[in-house]
Formats: sequence, structure tokens, C-alpha cells
Amino acid sequence: MTPTLQVFLIVSAALFSAGLLAALSRRHAIFILIGIEMMLAAANLNFIAFWRFGPQSQPPTGVMIAIFSIAIAAAEAAVGLALVIAVYLHYRTTNVDHLDQLKG
Amino acid sequence: MVGLISALILIPLVGALALFAAPEKNARSTALLVNALAALDALVLWRHFDIGAAGIQLVERHAWIPAIGAEYLVGIDGLSLLLVLLTSLIIPFAFLAQRMDRGFCALMLIMQSALYGTFTAQNFVLWFLFYEMSLIPAFLLIKICGGENRDRAAMKFFLYTFLGSVAMLLGFLGIYLARGSFDFATLAGLGKNGLLTGKLAWLAFAGIFLGLAVKVPLFPFHTWLPDAYESAPTGVSMVLTGLLSKMGVYGFVRLLLPLFPNEIRIIGPWLLALAISSIVFAPLAAWAQSDLKRMVAYLSVNHLGYCMLGLFAVGASSVGAAIDTQAALSGVFTQIFNHGITAAALFYLVGLLEQRRGLRGIDDFGGLMQRTPLLCGWMSVAMFSSLGLPGLNGFIGEFLIFKGSFAIAASFTAIAVIGLLVTAIVFVRAMQALFSGPLAESCSAFSDLLPREQAAIIPVTLLMFAIGLAPQFIFNIFNATVVQMARLFS
Amino acid sequence: MSCWIIDHLWLIPAVPFAASLVILSLPNGRHKSAALVAVAGQIAALVMSFFAFLATLQVSGFRAVQNFTWFTFGDHALRLGWLLDPLAAAMLTMITLVGLCIFVFSIGYMAGDKNFVRFFAYLLFFSGAMLGLVISNSLLLLFICWELVGLASYLLIGFWIERPSAAAAAKKAFITTRIGDLGFFLGLLWLYGRSGTLLFYDGGNGCLESAGLAMLGASAVSVALLIFCGAVGKSGQFPLHVWLPDAMEGPTPVSALIHAATMVAAGVFLVARVYPIFSLGAIDGVTSSLTVVVWIGVITALMAALIAIAQADIKRILAYSTVSQLGLMMVSLGVGGVAAGMMHLLAHGFFKALLFLGAGSVIHGCHGEQDIRKMGGLRRLMPATFATYAIGMMALSGVPLFFSGGWTKEEILHVTAHWPASRLPYYFLLAGVVLTALYMTRQIIYVFFGDGRAASQHAHESPRVMTMPLIVLASCAILFSVVLTPAWPWLHHYLTDEPAHFEFARLIQPTLFLSLVLVGAGVALGIGMYRKAGAQDRQRPADTDPLEFAQPELFRFLENKMWIDEFYTRTVIAFSWMSARLSDWMDRHFWDRLVRGFGAVGQLFGTFTTTVDERGINAGVDETTVGTRALGRLMAAAHSGQIQTYLAVIAIGVLALLLFYAWLA
Repeated sequence: MTPTLQVFLIVSAALFSAGLLAALSRRHAIFILIGIEMMLAAANLNFIAFWRFGPQSQPPTGVMIAIFSIAIAAAEAAVGLALVIAVYLHYRTTNVDHLDQLKG
Repeated sequence: MVGLISALILIPLVGALALFAAPEKNARSTALLVNALAALDALVLWRHFDIGAAGIQLVERHAWIPAIGAEYLVGIDGLSLLLVLLTSLIIPFAFLAQRMDRGFCALMLIMQSALYGTFTAQNFVLWFLFYEMSLIPAFLLIKICGGENRDRAAMKFFLYTFLGSVAMLLGFLGIYLARGSFDFATLAGLGKNGLLTGKLAWLAFAGIFLGLAVKVPLFPFHTWLPDAYESAPTGVSMVLTGLLSKMGVYGFVRLLLPLFPNEIRIIGPWLLALAISSIVFAPLAAWAQSDLKRMVAYLSVNHLGYCMLGLFAVGASSVGAAIDTQAALSGVFTQIFNHGITAAALFYLVGLLEQRRGLRGIDDFGGLMQRTPLLCGWMSVAMFSSLGLPGLNGFIGEFLIFKGSFAIAASFTAIAVIGLLVTAIVFVRAMQALFSGPLAESCSAFSDLLPREQAAIIPVTLLMFAIGLAPQFIFNIFNATVVQMARLFS
Repeated sequence: MSCWIIDHLWLIPAVPFAASLVILSLPNGRHKSAALVAVAGQIAALVMSFFAFLATLQVSGFRAVQNFTWFTFGDHALRLGWLLDPLAAAMLTMITLVGLCIFVFSIGYMAGDKNFVRFFAYLLFFSGAMLGLVISNSLLLLFICWELVGLASYLLIGFWIERPSAAAAAKKAFITTRIGDLGFFLGLLWLYGRSGTLLFYDGGNGCLESAGLAMLGASAVSVALLIFCGAVGKSGQFPLHVWLPDAMEGPTPVSALIHAATMVAAGVFLVARVYPIFSLGAIDGVTSSLTVVVWIGVITALMAALIAIAQADIKRILAYSTVSQLGLMMVSLGVGGVAAGMMHLLAHGFFKALLFLGAGSVIHGCHGEQDIRKMGGLRRLMPATFATYAIGMMALSGVPLFFSGGWTKEEILHVTAHWPASRLPYYFLLAGVVLTALYMTRQIIYVFFGDGRAASQHAHESPRVMTMPLIVLASCAILFSVVLTPAWPWLHHYLTDEPAHFEFARLIQPTLFLSLVLVGAGVALGIGMYRKAGAQDRQRPADTDPLEFAQPELFRFLENKMWIDEFYTRTVIAFSWMSARLSDWMDRHFWDRLVRGFGAVGQLFGTFTTTVDERGINAGVDETTVGTRALGRLMAAAHSGQIQTYLAVIAIGVLALLLFYAWLA
């Protein structure tokens, strides 16, 4: 079985769906962050896949974007985790069901 | 001498403030003192007034609100001087009529100031200010110090006259927008050739007419008057009839006739009919009254009706000979003065009766001549003066008004003599009921005129005789003005 | 003195006025000083009048005029003036002389009255006004004095103020005469407007001189009739005669002076004074205005004479007699006999004052009783009064030769007979002469003859202060004849500016015999009817009038003054009172409502706008706010604060967009 674009996209979609599911359904803020990381990973996979199976005129573009994306994701994870810790310190919980101070 | 007129307006105002510096029990004497000053000022004014010159004299003019054409512009001609003198005479007379507290005195003084202002202002805005300024003290005096039904009477008085004033103000705004001036002399100059045209002219005319007709009052806008005069305390009744009603007549002479000659000429017969209605129906109604004050009030409507008859006759005709126009105008001016003193004297005397008896129904008295001959005598003089007996002041004015009007509008004047007859009936009936017959038990303890009451009534009565016998001194005041005005109308 | 008085005519009325003021300022108890001042004032007026009279004798056609400016209105002068001519001088002399007699009489008559002082003040006031009236050279000044005598009359009729009937009579007199005066006033205004002056004589420019009359033109008839209204009111002519009999409520001297001799004659004097206006444009001496004067005079003369027959009050009989005689004078003026009318006026002044004072003396003697049916037999008890009264009666009846009234009446009959327009007035006057003799005979018989009845049992003669004036007036009534006879018609010629010559042959005229027959018939009829008036006569009870017995209906008709008063009460007065009530009602309920109705329209508009405001505009704004809030609440509910919900919504949204995109593709 030769690796084709479809295969990568299916895997990426599955990964994204799993991430989305995690972000929507988990109650713990860290798990939601993990879900978000999974969605980012799915997006990175797409970049790499489209670069690998694309016209290849400028060799490093896909990889470059993926690297940027990973860097941003790392930064975001750091900020996110910091926020979770701050929230925890303030509310003594990380259950997002209880964090509804912004409701209208 | 410049400043005399302003001083005249200011003296009572300052006096009203000064009252609150003096002790309460001296309020009335302080007010009388203020009046003596004002009277002195008025006499000096008379001395400086040039009786030979027509037109406005002793003018004081200062810018006030240039944006809307409002100026502080006061001055006097013969008519103004006559009314200023009348004011200086009636107000102290009214002060002598009854007990009054400090507030009462202060309000009276404010009213006096407003009256001086009204009779001397020569700019509409200023005039209107004073005109309205007189209304509020009168309203308060009726409302606070009046007799029965005072609330209703005060409200009626205020609403009628105030609505009239609003109508007049609107009329004048119309004139201002069209002609850009509030100055009486300027407007009168324009009036000769039609101040306004078309519908606007009629609207402005109607507004001003309404305002003045209510004030005079002219039939059928007079129904506030019996209530107001009846409910007002004696002193206020005297001022209302002696002076406030004159503001209306003055307005007719100063505003309506010069500004709207064409309109008046067109509806002249209707205006004359209204004047005749005042002359005929008011004394008939007076005949049916049992309250003396109401009776005198209705007769006031009748007497002012004669003024209106003379003015409308002058206004309604363009063909009147100079002698007739002058006779009618002179008659009106004399009548203004005469009615002022006579009606005030009558209210004063009715007030004296009321003080003694506590009631003032015509049937509450009887046979007074046996008990109080002096009171009856002086009251008879006032009554005969009012019914126009020759030898007393009333006759002079009525004769001249009838002389002028008869030559211009004969049929209307012929009907108007019915008024003379009915007035006579009313007074003779009153004299019969009050003075003659057996002495009523309720009147058997009456005191005759006290010295201070004599001091109030005798000078006024002597003035009635003086005008009735040798009236030249009154005519001297306004002859030049009459000649000038007559030229305007013919 | 004569020349001096011509220049100071104003003093003649001024002196009594001044005396009146002096008396008025006296304290109430000073009877003597009041009487003294009054008599002195009147004597002064009499002396001045007499000198004025002498002055007029100097030249024939004498006329002195003094005009002055009363006041100036505008640039026109209103001028008044005094006038002395034979007409005025004759009146002056008569008024002051009669007045003086009456003043003296009053001193006795009013002696017990507590308002004695006031009485004389009023009398002098009247005297001044009346004298001013006759010497006015201006219709306006005449009108002023005219009103003042009216005032004096009002005050004196109601003098006994505590009597309600006196006050009512005074009121009636004032108002009735004022009705006429209003006509006079209008006539005056009309005349003023037309001729531009009210001066009678003003060096050719007066309203009675040719230039003034020419300006009057065709309106002369209307002016004359309007002025005549005043005369009708003042002189008690039909239909305004009703006040004069009631005026007898006043003290008797007042009735004598004002309501018999002087004031009521002022109407006749007025017509005589402005006669040029009446006769302007006359054809053969007849104008429409004069014709009216004649017929009014005829009606009055006859009607009053008839009523007098059935009256019981001694003063009322004389009052109706006065009305009747004034009618006679009016007829005389109307038919052109100005001099005859004025002569009768002057003669009437003397004998009617005499009769009234005699009646006063009788009333005084009978202790206030006025009903002639209760008197009788006074001939013996009051001889002086009787003698003078009889002279007065004969003068009034017109007994020829010796009594002034006879001569003047003949003169009037003479001119009336020659009136070109109609003979009827003449015949009516003849009937009037008979009637006059009849009612005077009746009165004399009732009062002085027969036996004494209830009121005359204890009668006494009046004091000398009262009988002396009677004697003076009686002599006047007789001696006055001297200047009246056709043999030496001095007064006639004095009044008409012609020289008089004595010619004895003219003394006896045909009218004299006619007059003799008529008066004789009247007196005979009177004696025949009333011979036994006060006593029982066959079936007639003693207290029933013979005429009443014979003709009860006629008697009642006359006794009740032809029901004219009742007629007026039911019609004119009722109507006036109704209009007064109506005016009052209209004022309270109609005009007030009407004006308030306009106010109500405004109020209605206000209510309407308030409703629109509250229900429409205001509610709309409210609803908008409420809606916005509800929407906000709905939207706020979506913001649950649950981050996952937001995410889910985003996810669903993206999915929906994708599906939509797929569907589009």
C-alpha cells in the first residue's frame, strides 16, 4: 500500500476529530488543552502532507510552517497551563463547568 | 427733568421693600408715606409737562435687549399724565379704605409701580412687562385677602386676563415679525397706511383686541368682573375698577386704534354693537343684583362701555368732523378719570356700609338717612355723579362722549341713552332701599362717618364737584394730545 | 343797579345756591337762622330779578346776552351764557315772588319738622337752579339747570324720608322725568351737531338765530320733538304725567313751588324759549312738531280735568288741575300763542301757588288730613284761608273780568279758535273750561261748605305767617289782571316786543261772554251735583260721591286715574324688570357659559393630546424599551460562560458552513 494524500488526510481528520471531541467533552482544563494540542497536531500533519504531495517548487515551505506552528503551540501550551494554574489557585478547581463567570 | 418717570416707577417698588424694614404695625402708614412721595413726583411731573405740546414728553430711553427691539422707553403725553395722576390719587384712597397687613401693602405698592409703568411705557415689550406685572399682585390680593368664593374668583380673573394677554402677545409678535419694531410711535406711524395686510392683520387685530377687551372689560368678556370685584377686598376693588380697567381703555387708545384703523373701520358697527351691549345690558343686570358690590361692578361695565362707545365711534368713521372726534376723545379721557374716582368712591362707601353691617345686600339696610345723614349725603353725591347728574363730574364725560358719538354714529348713540336711564333707575332704587323708609333695626347702631373716613371721602367728592363745575384744569392736561390724536383718526 | 345786574346775571342763581350751602352747613337745630338766611337769600334774588325786570323795560325788544367759555376740549370751546329778555325777566319776577311767599309760608308750615334746616337748604337749591334755568342762554346750561331742578324735586318729594310712599314717589318722579330728559338730551346733541353751537343768541350765530336755524334745516322737526320729550316729562304731559300726582307726597309748600308754580312750568317755558326751532318752516303757523304739541296738550288737558273730578285728596285734585292747565298752555304754544301761553303760565304760577298754599293751610288746620270727604264747613273756621282759596278757585276756573286766570284763558281760547289746522282742539278746550269749573266747585263745596265732618271739627285758622303769603298771592292773582286785559295788553306786548296802548273799548270781547257762559255752566253744574255732597241725600249715603252714586263705573275709571299707572306697571315696568332679570340670567348662565365654553374646547383639546401622549407616544417608547430588555435577556441566556458550549456552537457552525458550501458546490 503506497502512502497517498488521502491516507494522511484521513489520519489528520481523525486526529482533529479526536482533539475536538476531547476539547468539547472533557471537564478538566488540561485535557481540553491536550485536545487543542491534538487539533494543532492534525493541522501540522496536513501542512506536511500537502507539502509532500504538492508541486514541490519551494522545498522547505511546509516544514517551515509546521515548525512555526509547533513553536506557537508550545508557547500556547505554556500560557494555557499557566492560566490553568492561575485559575486553579483562584477557584480551587479546574472543572470548566464551574468556570462560568463570563456568562451574560 | 429726566428721571422723574423712572423715579415714579421705582418709588413704590423701593417702598414695597422698605415695608419689610419697618415694623409690621406701621406698614400702612409707611405705604401712605411712599404714596405721598409718588404723588409729589407726579405733581412735579405735571409741572414740568408742557400742556401746549403734543406728543410724548420727558422721554427716557435706554438700550435694553436690542436683539428683539426691546428698549427701556418711557415718556408721557396728556393721556399718560392723566392716568398717572389718577393712579396717584386712587391708590392712597384705596390704602385708606381698609385695614391691611404688610404683605397686602407690599402687593399694592408693586401693583402701583406696575400701573405707573403701564401708563408711561412707550415700547411694547416694556409695556407688556408692566401690564402683566400688575396682574399678579391683583391675583394674589384677591386670592389671599378676598371674601367668599375668592379662589374661584381669583382663578377666573387670572385665567381670563392672562389668556387675553397671551392672545395680545401673539398678536404683537406677529406685528414684530412683519414690521420689526415694538415702538409705539413707530408702529402708529406705520398704522395709518395699514400695518399688516391680509389674514395676518386680522389675526393680530383679533389677538390684541381680545386681550384688551377682556381687560376693560367689554361685553361679553366681562363675566369675570362681577365675581372678581365682589370677592376682592374693598381696597383692591377700588384699584381694580379705578385703575386696572383703565389699562384696557388706555390700550385701546394707545394700541388698537392707531395700529389698526382699517380693520376697526371695517368691523366698526360690530364693535359699536358690543359697546352698546355693555352700556345697555350691564346696568340692566345691575338692576337685578341684590349685592351692592356686584351692582357697582356691573355699573362699572356700563361706564366703561361709554368709553368704548366714544372710541369705536371715532375709529369706525372716517368722515367725523374734527369737533366730533375731539369731543368723543376728550369725553373718553374725562370719563376715564371720572369713572376712576367715582367708582372708587362708590366701592369705598359700600365698603364702609359692609364694615358696619357685615353684609352688603341691598335689603340688609333701610332708613339710613335717619341714622347716618353724612354717609348718605356723600354716598348720594357719588351715586349722582355716577348716573351723570350735571354739576358733577360724570356729566362732563358722558356729554362729550355722546356729543361726539351722536354726530358720528347717531343710531347707536340713541340706543345708548337707555343706559343712562337704567343707571338712574339702579341708583335711585338703591337710594330708596338704603336711605329711606323706616330705620332698619340692624342699622340702628351704625356710626356716622368717622373723621378719618371723612378725610378720605371728602377730598374725592370735592374733586367730583370741581370737575363737574369747572373742568378746564382736567382738559388742559390732554387737549393737545386730543388734537393730535384726532388728526390721526380723521 | 339795573345796568349792573345785566352784567352780573349769574348772581341771580348764585345767591340762592350760596345761601343753600350756608344753610346746609348749619347744625340741625338752628331753625331761626336757617329761615332767616333762606328768606334773605330769596329776597336778594327777588330784588335782583326786579331790577333785571326794570332793565328790560328800558327799550322794546330788550335782550342782554353774556356768553362765556365753560371749557375747551381739543381746540373747541364749549360756551355757555346768560340771557335776559322779557320772557326770562317775567319768569324771574314770578318765580322769586311766588318763591318768597312760599318760603315765608313754609316757616309756619314746617315749624315742627326736625329736618327744618335741610328743607330750606333744598328749597334754596331749587330756587337757584330754577332761576338759572330761565336765564340760560344755552340749551346745555338750560339742561344742566333742568336736571338740577329735577334733583331738587326728587329730594323734596322724598323729603319725609321715613315714609316709604314718599321715597317711592320721589323715585317715580325722578325716573319718569328722566325718560323725557333723555329725549331732550338727544335733541340737544342733534341740535349741537347740526348748528355747531348750543347758545341761543350769540350775535347772529346762535342756534335760535337765522344762521343757526338755516343749518338745522329739515332736522328741525326731529330736534323739536326730542326737546319736547323733555317738556312732556317735566310738565307732566301725557303720557309721562303719572309722576306729578304722586309727587304730592312731598310737603305742601314744595307742591306749591315746584309742582305747581315753577318747575312743572319749565317744560312750557322750554318750548317757548326754543320756539324758533318748533316753528321753523311753518306754513300758516303750523308745523308737524307744533301739531304734536297741540294734541299732546289737548289730551293732557282733558284727561287730567276728567280725572280731577273723581279724586278725593285735596292736593291730588290740584295736581291734576296743574297737569290740565299745563296741557292748556301747551295747546296755546302749539297753535302759535306763545305770549298767551306764557301769560297763562305766569298767572297760573300765582293762583296755583295760592291754591296749594291754601290747601296746605287747610291740611295744617285739619291736622294733616287730606281727604276732602272728611272736611266740610271750614268756611267759618278758616275765613282767611277760605277767602283766598275762593279767589284762587275763581282764577283757576277762569271767571272773567276780575281774575287773572280768566283773561289768560280767554286769550288762549282766542288763539286756539284761530288755529288753521283744526277746530277740534278749540272745542276740547271749551269742554276743559267747563270741567275745571266743575271740579273746583266740587272741591270748594266739599272743603268749605256744608257741616263739619270728621277732620274739620277741631280745625283752626293758620298763623299769620301762613295767611299773609296767601293774601299776597291772592292780591297778585287779582292785580295781575291789570296787565292782561285786552284793553291794555301790556304783558302780551311786553313778551312780543310791541308797544301797548290803552284802549278801553277792547275790554269787552266776544270770548268774554263765551267764557262767562262756560264757567257759569261749570259752576252751576257743580253746585247742582254737589250741593248736598257731604250729607245724605235721598238714597245716597253720606260718604258716597254723587257722581259715584250716579255713574259708579265712570267714577271708578276716573278715580283710578284711567288705570294708566296700572297699565304702565303691567307693561313698561314689567317689561323693564323682565329685561333686567334676563340680562342677569344671561350673564350668569349664558355669556359666562359661552366664554367658559371656549375654555372647555381648549380643555377638550388638552385632554385629547394628553391621551395621545400617554396612550400613543409614551406607550410606544415604553414598549420599545421593554422589548429591548427582553431581547437582551434572551441573548444573555446564550452566554452561559461555558467555554465548551461556545466551542460546540462554533464547531456546529463550521460544520454547517461546510455542508452549505458542499451543497452549493
